Amino acid sequence: MAQLHAKQAKQDALAARLAGLDLPKGGWSAQARGAALARLSDMGLPGKRDEYWRYTDPAALNAVAPQPSDALRAETPIFTGKDKVRIVFVDGVFDAAASDPLDLAQVEITLLSQADAQDVHWAKPLYGTLEAVGQTPVPRPFAALNTAAAQEGLLIRVTGKAPRPLHISYRQTSNTSDVMLHHCVKVEDGAALTLLETGIAGARSNVVMEVQIAANGTLHHIRPQGRAHGKHLLTHIFARLAQNALFKSFTLSMNGRLTRNEAVIEFTGHDATAHIAGSAVGDGNFHHDDTVFVTHDAERCESRQVFKKVLKNGAVGVFQGKILVKQGAQKTDGYQISQALMLDDDSQFLAKPELEIYADDVICSHGSTSGAIDENALFYLQSRGVPKRAAQSLLVLAFLAEAIAEIDDEALAEDVRARMEDWLARHEGK
Amino acid sequence: MLEIKNLHVKLEEEDKVILKGVDLSIAPGTVHAIMGPNGSGKSTLSYVLSGKGGYVVTDGSATLEGVELLEMEPEARAAAGLFLAFQYPVEIPGVGNMTFLRTAVNAQRKARGEEELSAGAFLKVIREKAKALQIDAEMLKRPVNVGFSGGEKKRNEILQMAMLEPKMCILDETDSGLDVDAMKLVSEGVNALRGAGRSFLVITHYQRLLDHIKPDFVHIMADGRIIKTGGPELALEVEENGYADIVAEAV
Ligand SMILES: Nc1ncnc2c1ncn2[C@@H]1O[C@H](COP(=O)(O)OP(=O)(O)O)[C@@H](O)[C@H]1O
Ligand SMILES: [Mg+2]
Repeated sequence: MAQLHAKQAKQDALAARLAGLDLPKGGWSAQARGAALARLSDMGLPGKRDEYWRYTDPAALNAVAPQPSDALRAETPIFTGKDKVRIVFVDGVFDAAASDPLDLAQVEITLLSQADAQDVHWAKPLYGTLEAVGQTPVPRPFAALNTAAAQEGLLIRVTGKAPRPLHISYRQTSNTSDVMLHHCVKVEDGAALTLLETGIAGARSNVVMEVQIAANGTLHHIRPQGRAHGKHLLTHIFARLAQNALFKSFTLSMNGRLTRNEAVIEFTGHDATAHIAGSAVGDGNFHHDDTVFVTHDAERCESRQVFKKVLKNGAVGVFQGKILVKQGAQKTDGYQISQALMLDDDSQFLAKPELEIYADDVICSHGSTSGAIDENALFYLQSRGVPKRAAQSLLVLAFLAEAIAEIDDEALAEDVRARMEDWLARHEGK
Repeated sequence: MLEIKNLHVKLEEEDKVILKGVDLSIAPGTVHAIMGPNGSGKSTLSYVLSGKGGYVVTDGSATLEGVELLEMEPEARAAAGLFLAFQYPVEIPGVGNMTFLRTAVNAQRKARGEEELSAGAFLKVIREKAKALQIDAEMLKRPVNVGFSGGEKKRNEILQMAMLEPKMCILDETDSGLDVDAMKLVSEGVNALRGAGRSFLVITHYQRLLDHIKPDFVHIMADGRIIKTGGPELALEVEENGYADIVAEAV
């Protein structure tokens, strides 16, 4: 009875949500959108009782209208020292004037809204496909909703080694913007790209990125999500890796009322590598959730999850991470660490690390810890003349270092580190 | 330089009195040694002077060049010229040794209203001082004390001292865990810093170290008090007979 009731509530929430949306009919994407809608009708929107939403309340994401964000503050640009091709979305709408020409050697870049009208497009078999695969064993309704309803996104096809990074820059100008973007990234055999994703897409954003990396392909993804406090943000990365492929994704989260970053990674070719890492810092009204699901379905692949959170004044951190090693995925190397540094007694870290292993010759490890600043280290630094606050910042940065070290490009890593230092300086003391 | 008067200290967490009236006066340019049985309060004295938390001063005072130390933050004491070489140097994963030292040196310079050292100038100085202590570039790059051997940690303490050029140096069992060669290296490092009015308080169990770093005065500490003071010959007496007689005599 209670279950029936919960199911009905999920359906009702979905009906209300869909009624509030202007669903695009789509050109070639119509079929994928229709299928997503069918999947979604089956699932309904998440409820608080769903195991997968135990630590994070989906209410603000379910709501028909987004909660208005705080007064908008301009985000300081990051990665300014890098020569890159920048594409700007303002409240989810492509801004041609602010963007560079969509012109990057070895990379085809199209807007979803424009491509959809074409008869044939390489993205057709990809759009919504990895999202659909990622619905088992755990349903991810908001990702299906995104496939069905996204008005815009980028379709990025990498055919060789891109000489410069591609930069997706989000800007928010309305404190009620409700944004859904759906990106597809296809990295062909031996091709390579660095993809930067910065800023906040809207007051409430739902961003899906489907990533398919062919043999020997490489994708580096670095994503500082912007520091607005009022944002509600949900992202999904669905990545599928062929043999020898490399995918490294790093996310920096500062502030935000609700952020949930999901990554669903699947190894289908042998000897591939995926590293998913993140640093999150929150002070006060902050809820940050990293939810990761890695499926090893091929031999000798390496997956690594490194998540670090710094929490204070009642901030909440969540980590749900799973490594699934299927039968036959021998010599899998799976590593997972999630750690929280609590700067006071008011904050909370909820972690659910999981391993599910059906192959016998694998190395998998996971660890989850939460703790305070090491008082002995703090005193040691002070006794050398480093002022307490600076010493604290140094130790916080040291705590985050393992995650930031997942960024291969030293200049980009340095920019991320500087962002962290800025944040720490602003949030020193109580 | 350092004046300690009637210092009484208890633990913050429990009602345990550790220092029960310590008096010690260290003149500029002198070397004092403190010896004493384990648990007599030697490390506590060094911690309280440098400002570690967890202790409560219930009576007495400690001044450095006339300035009351016990009210100051640890970093202010360091900037005022106090340095403690830790008995157990702390490992700090994620903070590079070099970054740590540069941050410390410049923080102190800043606190004293001096100009910060440029990266180049700093590098030049540290290379030279590290070389004398046989600390290689690799060790400077590694995180502070992480994976260092006991001897490496102690040499790293002396390197910090050499870089920070304090006025009042406290060395807490810097010799423990060192082999003969390392002890020589460390002693040379310390001796190189002698002069210029710099004072030392050397806590040790062994006469050995005092062969290298010649003290002007030797104090015996037991049960939270300095129970005997003498010249270098007092250390020899301890080496021969242990503390038992001295302690018994003091009661
Ligand atoms: N933080 C502390 N907590 C509990 N006991 C302590 C603490 N610090 C010192 N003590 C106790 O105080 C006494 C003196 O210790 P310490 O100063 O380390 O002696 P020493 O360095 O002379 O060996 C010992 O009995 C020790 O156990
Ligand atoms: Mg001791």
